[in-house]
Amino acid sequence: MDAHGNTHAGVGHVMRRRVLFRVLAALLILTYVTVAVTSFDFGRWNLAVAMAIAVVKASLVLMFFMHLKYDKPFNGLILVVSLALVALFIVIALDDTRHYQRNVIPGYAPEIKANTQ
Amino acid sequence: MSDHAHSPHLQHHFETPQQQFDAGKLGIWLFLATEILLFGGLFCAYAIYRANHPEIFVYAHQFLNKYWGGTNTVILLCSSLTMAWAVRAAQLGQRKLLVVLLSLTLLGAVGFLGIKYVEYKEKWEHGLLWGARFAPHVEGHGGEEPPLPKAAAPAPAPSASAPPGSFVVERSAIRPAPPGPAGTVIAAEEQEEHLEEAGIHRRPANVQIFFSIYFLMTGLHGIHVLVGMGAILWILVRSVRGDFGPEYFTPVDFVGLYWHLVDLIWIFLFPLLYLIH
Amino acid sequence: MATAEGTVAGKKAIPGDNYLTHTRGFLSWALTLDHKRIGIMYLVSILLAFLLGGLAALAVRTELIAPGPTIMGADAYNKMFTLHGAAMVFLFIIPGIPAAIGNFVLPLMLGAKDVAFPRLNLTSYWLWVIGALCAIGAVVAGGVDTGWTFYTPYSTTTNTNVIATTMGAFILGFSSIFTGLNFIVTIHKLRPTGMTWFKMPLFLWALYGTALIQVLATPVLGITLLLLIAERALGVGIFDPALGGDPVLYQHFFWFYSHPAVYIMILPAMGVISEVISVHSRKHIFGYRFIALSSIAIAAFGFLVWGHHMFTSGQSGMANAIFSALTFSVAIPSAIKVWNWLATLYKGNIQLNTAMLYGLMFLVTFTIGGLTGLHLGALAIDVHVHDTYFVVAHFHYVMFGGAVVAFLAALHHWWPKMTGRMYDERLGRIGAALVFVGFNGTFFTQFVMGSHGMPRRYYDYVPQFAIYHQISTIASYVMAAGFFLTAYYLLHSLFRGKRAPMNPWGGNSLEWHTPSPPPHDNFADTPVAEDPYDYARIRKDPATGGYVSTSYEGAR
Repeated sequence: MDAHGNTHAGVGHVMRRRVLFRVLAALLILTYVTVAVTSFDFGRWNLAVAMAIAVVKASLVLMFFMHLKYDKPFNGLILVVSLALVALFIVIALDDTRHYQRNVIPGYAPEIKANTQ
Repeated sequence: MSDHAHSPHLQHHFETPQQQFDAGKLGIWLFLATEILLFGGLFCAYAIYRANHPEIFVYAHQFLNKYWGGTNTVILLCSSLTMAWAVRAAQLGQRKLLVVLLSLTLLGAVGFLGIKYVEYKEKWEHGLLWGARFAPHVEGHGGEEPPLPKAAAPAPAPSASAPPGSFVVERSAIRPAPPGPAGTVIAAEEQEEHLEEAGIHRRPANVQIFFSIYFLMTGLHGIHVLVGMGAILWILVRSVRGDFGPEYFTPVDFVGLYWHLVDLIWIFLFPLLYLIH
Repeated sequence: MATAEGTVAGKKAIPGDNYLTHTRGFLSWALTLDHKRIGIMYLVSILLAFLLGGLAALAVRTELIAPGPTIMGADAYNKMFTLHGAAMVFLFIIPGIPAAIGNFVLPLMLGAKDVAFPRLNLTSYWLWVIGALCAIGAVVAGGVDTGWTFYTPYSTTTNTNVIATTMGAFILGFSSIFTGLNFIVTIHKLRPTGMTWFKMPLFLWALYGTALIQVLATPVLGITLLLLIAERALGVGIFDPALGGDPVLYQHFFWFYSHPAVYIMILPAMGVISEVISVHSRKHIFGYRFIALSSIAIAAFGFLVWGHHMFTSGQSGMANAIFSALTFSVAIPSAIKVWNWLATLYKGNIQLNTAMLYGLMFLVTFTIGGLTGLHLGALAIDVHVHDTYFVVAHFHYVMFGGAVVAFLAALHHWWPKMTGRMYDERLGRIGAALVFVGFNGTFFTQFVMGSHGMPRRYYDYVPQFAIYHQISTIASYVMAAGFFLTAYYLLHSLFRGKRAPMNPWGGNSLEWHTPSPPPHDNFADTPVAEDPYDYARIRKDPATGGYVSTSYEGAR
């Protein structure tokens, strides 16, 4: 028996059932919240609210279902680095698309009438 | 602990089972990082198009049913529980429980794909497809309107007198979708009301971009669900055979981690696609 | 006394059971889990790809020797330079040193029995083969004419075989990812006791940095190619302005991978140079920590500069400025390495054998390539030379003068270990001279041509550029001669070469403490890791023609 009252002969941490069920309950509640919150309008914060709830849900899945809380920190670092890279990519590409220099070579870009800002 | 040295599961190039397990874990997390970066590209495309054309997203997401989406979210979350529990069962040598839990996880995956099938079918029937194939029409009838040809784009000039802050009102060559079954395609009058509330007075141009992104993201995610199902089926078979126990459960653990990632991606897809407001 | 094979006085390395002879038959190779065999299979495969890409290059250069059509029409020309670029980048240089040399050497340097995931390693190889077949199939079916960068909107509208080629590249991407994943875990988990991070050979630091990029950047290429395929096959419209899409977005997606990819190409090369320069100067590497950490810095910084490929694509002014500044800074860790290598050479006991000649060549050609990267990073210059031969010359100086030259250095340095044979040194030096003269003649001319305005990827040109093209083409034949000579004497050595001693060059990293070629299990006993650059106790052994470690001598 280990400190958590689980028997195991091999390697790796064993999750307690109680923890798993509580995490699921929290996730389901947060899912309900995320749908319910759409009936309120926070203006330009709508997306931020939805993403904040999603991040909390994701953290629960990562920490408990995926064991990161009990795992070597380096594995969590891998996750953080990959997210940081995605964030970097989105931020810079997004900013660029909003500030394209369409006339950097004057007269070169054809007029696209369908969608441009 | 000397029996570990003779464990049949210890590969020859590792010295201890702990080293082998840690190496495997590190490996699977690196693989998950690659998946995050793969989907990251699609999230980037989403961010760019939504930031630059919010009216498209606000308009088009009405065609998604948030109850289907929400149900799918619940299904995946529950399947994550059964998967995590299955890993625990494997670690504790609870073979029958392991088989049951893996089967439930698989069932959840099937349910998820079933709902996606229903959603996709409905979109297909209404011509609410991606890019060049966006051709909204009444259910059951084939192209009332021809699909939007690639080269011949509608070319309305942006309204020069549009006050700042209002959505660009552009007359699209695509006619507004006629009424359909309740809960899916909103009736034309309701649609007008809904749009007026949102400040849009007509369908914005390039609505097909939303559907391109919708199908790309949910499609790639769906492919990952399918692959996950294959992996879960494989370890299910091995569980029935009794391959797993306290000394060897890593395939269950690692397939589980993959499955949780599939769930994680959906946790973000759901509000981004279904709950725009 | 039981000394390691090959060090007993009076005897050369005995060709007993080694990894080449351990088992026989096609399947024993095709399904092998031995990292050394996988490395050899990769080596043969990528050299074939190099031959393909090289012949395409010769065809391109021959076409360009005179204005107007020379040996092919314009469409064929477009397909030829696309083939050259795609084959060289995806089939040769990105797998390159890590797959062909790293697979062989990395576990040996760690005193390990194999990489962390041998089955994944085999999978990597067969994915390479499948990806290569897809790409070659595309060529056979009529080729692709978009350039290896597949820019939209041309790539989404041209009627050449874009999907087959990009599908091949997608599969090759997975091969790369799995190799990187394998190396990261191997370096983390399979180091021997006593070999802390800062006691590893620098080649492993380089492979680690490379592997980080492989794992983190390649998936973005994956999604880019998937989107391109979806655009062509399904009409998704995400890059098509007529459907509301953005073609410049493709460039962001593409370069977010492809810039770090060039660091996948150069980092292992730099790792090789650290080994070669130190061993063949008989001198401890100078500035170990700086070189080690600069590999990580290059990997990290490499993710921050992709926009410098897009300065004239309409990228925003702010992005242009940021990317330009960051591009200057990414040169710093590379420069740190060059200074440390020079300091290593200083007062060293320099052996001018073929491997070292390539190592020294690298210092010249990579430096030129790297410095001209700074030219291109400056916005004011780039607006004039973007898409000219200046760019072509720059990247050939770093990719060829850097990665390929280092690959040749690696091949010559570890050839005795891999094959158990020594090659003809004299021919090796002649080959190196031909490559050096030919390479510089081909590409230095292109700097001049490009700064005078000759655009890249152009089939035809105005007569004022003819002289440059002629020089470039003739020099490319000289370079090709150098390669054919190299191929000849290396192949010849397999049949007639002197048997190689365990340690022909006097290195002290662990691969030199096992016979040439190594046995199936790499080491008879787990070796003890020492400072890999300490040559104090290594002395020449006249009996074998190689070197012995005096730490073994006490057992005699």
